[in-house]
Amino acid sequence: MKNMLRYLPGLALLTLVVGLSAQTWAQQVEVITYTCRCVTGGVNQQTVQWLNEFVIPTFEERMAAAGRNVDVQFTEFGGSDEALKQQYALDLSVGRGFDVIAFDGFWVPEFAEAGLIKALDEIIGPEANEWEGWDHIAPSIQNLMGFGGKRYGIPVGTDVRMIFYNRELFVQAGIPQWWAWQPHSWEELLATARQIKAALPDVIPLQINAGTSMGEATTLQGYYLVLLGTGEQPYDFATNKWVVRSPGILRTLQFYKQIYIDEGLGDARTQLLSDARARTFQLFSEGKIAMLVEGDFFWRAVVSPTGSNAIPNRDTVVGWAAMPATAPGSGIRGQDFVTASGGTGNILNPNSANPQLAWELLTFMNSQEGLNAAQQYQARIRARDDVPVPNEAFLTVTARALLPFTTTRPGFPVYSQTVSPQIQLMTERVVSGEFSPREAMEAYALAVIDAVGIDDTEELPGF
Amino acid sequence: MRQHQGIISRRVAVAFLLPALLFILVFLVFPSLWIFYLSLTNRTLTGRTATHPEFVGLGNYLRLLRPPLFASGQFGRSLELTLQFVLGSALLGQAALGLLLAWVFYQRKGFLKDLVYTLAILAWIIPSVVVAFLWVAFLDRDFGSLNALLSNLGLKPIDWLLDAPMVSIILFNTWRGAAFSMMLFSSALSIVPPSYLETADVVGASTWSKFKDIIFPLIRGHLLTDLILISLWTFNLFTPFLLTGGGPAFRTEILAIYTYRHAFRDFRFGFGAAISVVVMLINLILSSIYLMALRRREARV
Amino acid sequence: MRSAWLVLSRVGFYVFSALMAAFFALPMLWLLTAPFNPRATLAVEPSWPPSLVNFQQVFGNTFAMRAFGNSVIQASGAMVGVTLIAMLASYALSRTHLPWKEGALYGLILFSSVVTGTAAMVPIFLLIFRLGLIDTHLGVIFVFMGGFLPSAIFILRDFMNSIPRSYEESALVNGASSLRMFWDIVLPITRPGMMVVAIYTFVNAWGTFLIPFILLRSPDKMPAATAIYSFYTEGGTPILTLTSTYALLYTLPVLLLYLFVNWRYGFRFFGGIKQ
Repeated sequence: MKNMLRYLPGLALLTLVVGLSAQTWAQQVEVITYTCRCVTGGVNQQTVQWLNEFVIPTFEERMAAAGRNVDVQFTEFGGSDEALKQQYALDLSVGRGFDVIAFDGFWVPEFAEAGLIKALDEIIGPEANEWEGWDHIAPSIQNLMGFGGKRYGIPVGTDVRMIFYNRELFVQAGIPQWWAWQPHSWEELLATARQIKAALPDVIPLQINAGTSMGEATTLQGYYLVLLGTGEQPYDFATNKWVVRSPGILRTLQFYKQIYIDEGLGDARTQLLSDARARTFQLFSEGKIAMLVEGDFFWRAVVSPTGSNAIPNRDTVVGWAAMPATAPGSGIRGQDFVTASGGTGNILNPNSANPQLAWELLTFMNSQEGLNAAQQYQARIRARDDVPVPNEAFLTVTARALLPFTTTRPGFPVYSQTVSPQIQLMTERVVSGEFSPREAMEAYALAVIDAVGIDDTEELPGF
Repeated sequence: MRQHQGIISRRVAVAFLLPALLFILVFLVFPSLWIFYLSLTNRTLTGRTATHPEFVGLGNYLRLLRPPLFASGQFGRSLELTLQFVLGSALLGQAALGLLLAWVFYQRKGFLKDLVYTLAILAWIIPSVVVAFLWVAFLDRDFGSLNALLSNLGLKPIDWLLDAPMVSIILFNTWRGAAFSMMLFSSALSIVPPSYLETADVVGASTWSKFKDIIFPLIRGHLLTDLILISLWTFNLFTPFLLTGGGPAFRTEILAIYTYRHAFRDFRFGFGAAISVVVMLINLILSSIYLMALRRREARV
Repeated sequence: MRSAWLVLSRVGFYVFSALMAAFFALPMLWLLTAPFNPRATLAVEPSWPPSLVNFQQVFGNTFAMRAFGNSVIQASGAMVGVTLIAMLASYALSRTHLPWKEGALYGLILFSSVVTGTAAMVPIFLLIFRLGLIDTHLGVIFVFMGGFLPSAIFILRDFMNSIPRSYEESALVNGASSLRMFWDIVLPITRPGMMVVAIYTFVNAWGTFLIPFILLRSPDKMPAATAIYSFYTEGGTPILTLTSTYALLYTLPVLLLYLFVNWRYGFRFFGGIKQ
């Protein structure tokens, strides 16, 4: 033992060899990998349960019955949506990644244009278009996972956004009609918030997502729902240009400023935390936020009695209202109320070593049988019309009330690459008090013009 | 003249140096040259320019300077924050604390010195991911030990990472890196002949004048080495990202994090490369100062 | 007068030492309490009796445990590579007269601290991809080597310079080849320096986050530095019990190495450079 270094390199080499050879060991089984942003004990834990208790064992069983030894390896991804997107982009750009991956629909254009993901019929062949499920999914919903007229994945479902409020706090603050409260204008919404602030000083009256930490949750359930109420959208579909300076943007930012800065009706601090969204969920479930603008995901996965921030008597405590336009009739398309929809689904990795098997797993997950099983874990509006929503009054009612006048995001790569992050930055600069609404809009305009070129942008008069 | 001939032949020397040169060239020098090229393109990882990057000349560099230059999340602000961070945590924090520790424990032995030195070195060698967790816990508003301590003193709890984010990461990095300066100064002081100080004691010199007139001139060179090295490291430090993610509201987005956001969250490789080039140039300037100072020192010795 | 001053400075010394010990120790306490508390929060709350429930759960996470194996592969791979190559190079540098070698060496060290940061991650990512080394242990090891070699050479050169040339000269007289001489004479004498560099590389590689985070894509190759983030919820918040436990396990090898060096050689300052 004179020279212990003699065997140090040898030992290291041995570990290297053992480690490397362990990888080439188990080859007889057909392995298929899957990942989604879902963790046991987290907001999407029902998905984990569905996968572990139904999808994986059933699929492996069926394959075994057909004489194939299939091993579905499922990896739970913990972290934000942005972190997941980062992982996918890096994975796919170097030809790696899981065989089947959960994917947010609004990433599809950006990834498809870079060739990182491919249309299903390019990977599988024409039979991808023959799948029985397509007949049961409305084209508009199919389009949530599409780009350039091609299908890139199978959508799981769609959603709607609204104001959730805490009835118990409303009662304490003496809000009339606390059981079915519905503001008809921004002014009515603010009036309720002011009443809560006066009556319950320890409660945050109203949270509308802002800031970069919330990611897309800021853009879609925050900024969009306010901006749509002014009658505008970030993208002008009539002229095919991005709106960079407009009265609507300015009013939206002024509304943010009024809530977070001028009147202190919302808590800007919570919006800026690195775990802003999780913290917000927690505060709402603890009865410290009276009104929160969120998607129906909040109802079914967060405050649901089996959710991550469970409110055991959710159905009595949590009420919902549609987001009003600035005034009746002044919303987008002349609407009184506004909402926005997105969609998530699953796509195939074009680099998969076994695309046919991946496709079989994907279609099994999205079969009528598969989705009916999923409804047992978490009832929601499914993409397939032959999968009914089990007895869930909330989902049925909100879908009927809000889906008809919903708005979806523009399906261009630059939306997720630049516009949406710049929107988040713009709101952050306003609610943190760094910029005035006008300055923030100007910085936004410069950034978007820089990204898309001045010819693809426009100003609306009157700001 | 045997010394200049060397014990091994030049051919053998080259053969011995070759593997090292190869790795350094391929994995260090080459990537940094590639950055220059990338910085002149609009290459991205997603979107159309992932597969069809275009040559944009100095466009990325001009974009760095686009107004509002000093607004949150902009290059100018990030540079400003980086300077604050380097000044606060490297120069005032690590160097000053390291010097103080080395000076206080100079020529002392025993349990207290071993304890403080060991703890400081531990803070320096624990993996950065773990250190970040420790500090998140330490600084937490509701549960953190720092606030528990403050409330014992009758002070109100502070949400450090939110209300004083820059102070937090400066404190963090001071804690993290003080050991390096401490050890460097400690070894520098060990060269100071004790007789010098004994003479000074006889004359009745104060502690300060002992430091100023005897110690300082002797360790000036080490001081310079230390300052430049830790400035350089702090300038490029990414670890605060694990603590704050650059936030809240970009208030701790130092250059390493700014680069990371553009290159690996927004996937704008070309733009990220342009930032890297600027960062490398600043580093080059810092390094040249160091090398020049070092040469002057060696010339003097 | 003078004795009062002595007492005062004595008291001052103790107060200062206590404050410094507290400053460095306080943030670390959580790592000692939280892993043994099944209901750990961010507070330093020892649970009595200490519980090993968290450890059971972490040991049950095969992905996270496998990550330790990966850390060992990557860190020891870098260690072996850097140590061998740096030994050869620093010996050559110490025993030949090359013009501008000092400047070049310092330049490289400074340069390496720049390039191993975020600055060069983009080209390194693209380079490793082109070389077909993405998502391989080897790719990570090579990038570690490129980054750590300059400092390792710098540290080792000091050791090499301190070896008397007479040893080799006598071997030379006996007709030994250069490699033989290096192997039989230089290696044994420079063992402490070699050890320092080996451990320096291992510890640095063990703790590096960004390089494996970007270069490795499949979960079964992730080292502990990135695997620790698997104990997160979707909201991006850590599950404290498991994260703290895993963090403790992850820190242990580094602590043990430190203790080993301290016991064997005394933790001296080697002009060491640490990224």
